[in-house]
Amino acid sequence: MPDSLLNLEIKLLLEALFQRYHYDFRSYAQASIKRRLVQARDQLGFSSISALQERVLHDPAMLPRLLGYLTVQVSEMFRDPSYFRALREKVLPHLRTYPSLRIWIAGCSTGEEVYSLAILFREEGLYQRTLFYATDINPDALRAAEAGVYALDRISKFTENHQKSGGKSSLSDYYTADYGRAVFDKSLRERVVFSDHSLVTDSVFAEMHLISCRNVMIYFDRPLQDRAIGLFRESLTRKGFLGLGSKESLRFSDHSGAFAEFVPLEKIYQRREP
Amino acid sequence: MTQPAVKAVVIGASAGAVQALLTILPVLPPDYALPVLVVVHVPPDRDNALVPLFQSKCQLPVKEAEDKEALVGGVVYFAPSDYHLLVETEGALALSMDEPVNYSRPSIDVLFESAADAFETDLVGIILTGANHDGAAGLKAVVAAGGAAIVEDPAEAHADAMPLAALQACPAATVMSLDAITSYLSTLGTA
Repeated sequence: MPDSLLNLEIKLLLEALFQRYHYDFRSYAQASIKRRLVQARDQLGFSSISALQERVLHDPAMLPRLLGYLTVQVSEMFRDPSYFRALREKVLPHLRTYPSLRIWIAGCSTGEEVYSLAILFREEGLYQRTLFYATDINPDALRAAEAGVYALDRISKFTENHQKSGGKSSLSDYYTADYGRAVFDKSLRERVVFSDHSLVTDSVFAEMHLISCRNVMIYFDRPLQDRAIGLFRESLTRKGFLGLGSKESLRFSDHSGAFAEFVPLEKIYQRREP
Repeated sequence: MTQPAVKAVVIGASAGAVQALLTILPVLPPDYALPVLVVVHVPPDRDNALVPLFQSKCQLPVKEAEDKEALVGGVVYFAPSDYHLLVETEGALALSMDEPVNYSRPSIDVLFESAADAFETDLVGIILTGANHDGAAGLKAVVAAGGAAIVEDPAEAHADAMPLAALQACPAATVMSLDAITSYLSTLGTA
């Protein structure tokens, strides 16, 4: 049956990616990964997933192109403005009591959320005492995040979101327009560490006061979701905060007891005291 | 049951969806056996008004689909706005934020193609009214996997572009009026 053959090819390709390059997509949700791999096969011009596998095994230059299909999410600055409003109004008053802060944007992709948080923290006078860790598994996405350059035609949406989030400044204060691009001010990233980190294979690297990981875990299967949540639990300081995507939840997790719902509608959780 | 093998129903609709679905879904009886997965194109703001509307009109439980939720018979699941809804192979639901397909998120093609993978012959796919072409490729995937394809009669549909595109992609699909679809589904999912 052609369909189960495709499933077999996908399984073999994911195993090959792990064995050869240590990128582990084997526990990603299957339906999405299948769509993405079929799209990669067709758009990269391969007759089969097996042919794609042969190329990527022998030609490391094919890896970033395939990773582009498997990982990159297009986000927006201040996506879900009510989430950022809840951070501003409900979470930051708690964070303000700490002399120094560490924030982790896990799965930062091309950086839209990193700059959103940097602007939010600057507006609230917390930027200088905060260190931001922005991590992703895709090196091209991390480079784009570090560059902080976005197409100018996306800016009106970003600006609208920023205003809706309760923004206290004008987004245009933070970028310069240049040949159809918006180049964000490098001072926004002077306290940002961009780094390669996998929620699948890597471990805790610092103690955090806030972790924002939105629309990353919906691509994971249940056991992998639980691993990631366990990692967040271990990484958070006592009473630290975890923000998820609007359709993500800790409800089904083994770790749900370790967290309290802090702003339930916005999927912001607080780690309970141990 | 006329087709005891059927394990799930997927429905896609766009312009005119609410009226069409109000004809079908409230009639399904409380002991309905099949899960019903619905994608309606709605604007991407976060409050999806469809769920409360149909909760108040339907005899079956109606809910917004949640990520990695197990499919349960007799429940109507709506895709959340701004997320794709997919069926995982083991019969659980999944959401994704992948780019829009046919300018749509949720996309009917994404649901139908993943459901066809998961349920193969045991699936019924239904395309209702709509003013675009989303769902045509999805319905084709349902047919290719051996499932049943139904298209609302373009002559009676509020917007005929989507049924016509689906029929062009799947000439073998059965054309039915909304009333015929309703009685077909009722028979299908009750003992």
